[in-house]
Amino acid sequence: MDNTKRYERLLDRYRNGDLDRRNFLGLIGAAGLAYGVQTPFAKFAHAQDVKQVRFDGWGGVVSEAFREHAFDPYTEATGITVVDGTFAGSDEYLAQVRSSQEGEYNIAHLSGVFDYARYVNFGLTVELNTDNIPNMSLVMDALTDAFRGVTPDYLSAVPYDYGTTGLAYNRKYISDEEMKEKGASILIDEAYKGKIGGWGEWRTRIWYGALQTGQDPNNIQDMEAVWDAIRSHRDLALKYWSSGAELMSLLAEEEIYVTEGWSGRIAALQQEGHDIGYFDPPGSFAWQECLHVLKGSPVEACEELLNFMLAPETSIAVAEGQNYPPALDGTKVDLGDKIPTLPAYDPTGTLESLTFADPTYWNGNEAEWSETFSRVQRGY
Amino acid sequence: MSVEAREARQPWILLSPALGAVTFLLLVPLIFIIVYSFWLRSAIGGDQVGFYLDNWQKVLTDRFYRDILLNTLKIAAVTTFICALMGYPAAYFIARSKGSKMVLLLLLMLPFWISYIIRTMSWINILGTSGALNTLLVSVGVISEPVQMLYNEATVILGLVHFLLPFMVLNVYVSLEGIDTNLEDAATSLGATRWQAFLQVTLPLSLPGLAAGGLLCFVLGAGTYITPVILGGPRDAMFANLVFEAIITQLNWPLGSALSLLLLMVLGVLVAIYNRYLGMSQLAKGLG
Repeated sequence: MDNTKRYERLLDRYRNGDLDRRNFLGLIGAAGLAYGVQTPFAKFAHAQDVKQVRFDGWGGVVSEAFREHAFDPYTEATGITVVDGTFAGSDEYLAQVRSSQEGEYNIAHLSGVFDYARYVNFGLTVELNTDNIPNMSLVMDALTDAFRGVTPDYLSAVPYDYGTTGLAYNRKYISDEEMKEKGASILIDEAYKGKIGGWGEWRTRIWYGALQTGQDPNNIQDMEAVWDAIRSHRDLALKYWSSGAELMSLLAEEEIYVTEGWSGRIAALQQEGHDIGYFDPPGSFAWQECLHVLKGSPVEACEELLNFMLAPETSIAVAEGQNYPPALDGTKVDLGDKIPTLPAYDPTGTLESLTFADPTYWNGNEAEWSETFSRVQRGY
Repeated sequence: MSVEAREARQPWILLSPALGAVTFLLLVPLIFIIVYSFWLRSAIGGDQVGFYLDNWQKVLTDRFYRDILLNTLKIAAVTTFICALMGYPAAYFIARSKGSKMVLLLLLMLPFWISYIIRTMSWINILGTSGALNTLLVSVGVISEPVQMLYNEATVILGLVHFLLPFMVLNVYVSLEGIDTNLEDAATSLGATRWQAFLQVTLPLSLPGLAAGGLLCFVLGAGTYITPVILGGPRDAMFANLVFEAIITQLNWPLGSALSLLLLMVLGVLVAIYNRYLGMSQLAKGLG
C-alpha cells in the first residue's frame, strides 16, 4: 500500500465517522512527524532507494519494442533502470517466483487470467493505484473486468494484449470450406492421422475436447466424453508441441497439416509467406496477457513504468512485433493499419465475440485435470 | 599441536571446500526435497506443511508411475546396450590407432562443444519429412514420398545414443589404453587367433571400462528430460518428464519431490550394486 492509499483510507474512515477528528489529525500528524524524523536518514536506507525495476517477459521482438518505446524513455524520465529478463513459460516463471525472495521479481508479462488468479492464491500480488496509470483509461473495460472478477477490490495487473488459440491448417491439404464445416472436430478426424498436432497443455486440450463434444468449455457436464476426445486426438496426433517456435516449425515443414495454434504465431507464418489458414471455431479459446506487478515490488515506480508501457506508441509497437492486438480500445485510440488486420482483433472494444476462460472454474479444477491429463497423454 | 595431529587435519582442510560445496549444493537441497515430499498440495495450490505419507503412497502404489518408471529403465537399458555395441569398436579403434589418436579423441570431444539441445534438435532436420534423409531417399527413387520417421520411441533412443555415445567410448578407451598390447601378442604366439585373443584377453580386461561407461549411460539416460520432449510423440515420456510436470505444470512440489526421490533411489541402488562388484575407481578414470 502506498502513502496516498493510506491517506485515502484514513480520510474515508474519518468521513464515515469511524474515526473522530482528533484521532484523524493525530494520525496525520504522527505520519508527518515520522516522515520528518526519518528524512535525514533516508539516504542511508538503500533498500528503499529504487534504482532498478526488473521486468520479465517473452523476449524477442517484444523485449526490443519495450526497450525502445518504454524502458529507455522511462529510465530517462525517472533515473530508474529497467532490467529485463525472459522466461520460456508462465508455469516455469511462477515456480521461480515462488522460490525467490519478495522483491526479486517486479513486473511480468504473464498470460491469462488463470495466472492472475494463481498469483492471487499464492499471495503474490500488490494493490495498484490506477490513478498513477493514466493510460489505463485507454484500455478496454472488458479486459480489466476479467481481473476485477478475481480481485474485486484492487488490481495487481494491467491488461496488455489478447489473442486466440484457434485452428491453424495448411491450405495445400485442407480447404477453408472443409475447415469451416468440420471446425474443432477436424483435430479428431481419422483422415489426417499422423498429420495432426496439438499444444501439450492440459487447458487447451480440455478446451478443445469440450468443443469436440459439443460442450461449453466453461461449464463441462460430461468430463469422460472430453477425456475420450483427448484420447482420440492423442492417438491421431504426430506431436504435442511445446513452444511457439515448434508450432511454426511443424506447420512450415509440413510435418503436420492441422493443429490449434496461437493467433499471433500463425499471423507471423502468414507474413513469412506460408499458405497457412487460421480459423476460430465457435467457442475458440480466447485469452489475454497482462503486466503483473509482484509482491514486494516498489509499487509507485512500477506504476509509472506500466504507464509508459501502456502508452499507445509502445502498445502498438509491441502489438505489431508480436502480432497480438493490444489491450487498448480501438474506439478510443487510433491503432494504425496493421493491428485491425491481426487475427482475433475486435474493433468494437467489447470483446463480446470472444470466449475467455472462467478463471474460477478452471483454476478450481486445475489440480485434478492437470494430473489426469498427464495420465491420459501417456495412454491411460 | 603435534606433527601427527597436524597431518591428520591436513586432508580435512584440503577437502573442506569440496565438502562444503557438496553439503550446501547437494545435501541441503536434498534434505529440503525429502521434507517437501511429506507435505501436501492444497486445493488452491499452496502447500500444506506436515508429515503426510500420501505422496509416497501414491508414487509407490500407482500403476501409472510404476509403468513410466519401468519404461524409463527399459529405454535407458536399450540406449546403454546400443552405446556399448557402437562404442566399443570405436574405442578399440582409437586405442589401437598409432599416429592419429589425438585427432580421433578431439573428434570424439567435438560434439560437447555444441549444446545438447541443439544436437538433439538437429535430428529434426535430418529425419523430418522435408529433412535431409527423406529428401535424399526421394531424390534417388528409394521412396516415392517422405516417410514419417520422427516423434516416436525409436527417435528418443536415437537422440539418447547420440548424446551418450561419447561417454561410453571414453570409458572403454581409458580401459583399453591401460591394457598391455603384449598380452594379445602373447596369446597369439601361444596359438590363439586374433579373435580368440580379443575375446579371452582384451575383452575381459576391458570389462570394467565397459561397465563404467554402461553405468554412466544408464544413469544419464534414465534421468533425461529434454530428449522425449523434442523427439518423442504425444505418449512418449520418461520419468523426469513426470517430475517436471508435477513441479512446474501442476505446481505440486510435494508430489514432484517424492517422484524425484524415487528415481534417485532406483538409480542409487544401481550405482550401489555397481560399486559393490566393480568399485567406483574405474568410473573416476573414465570421467578423468
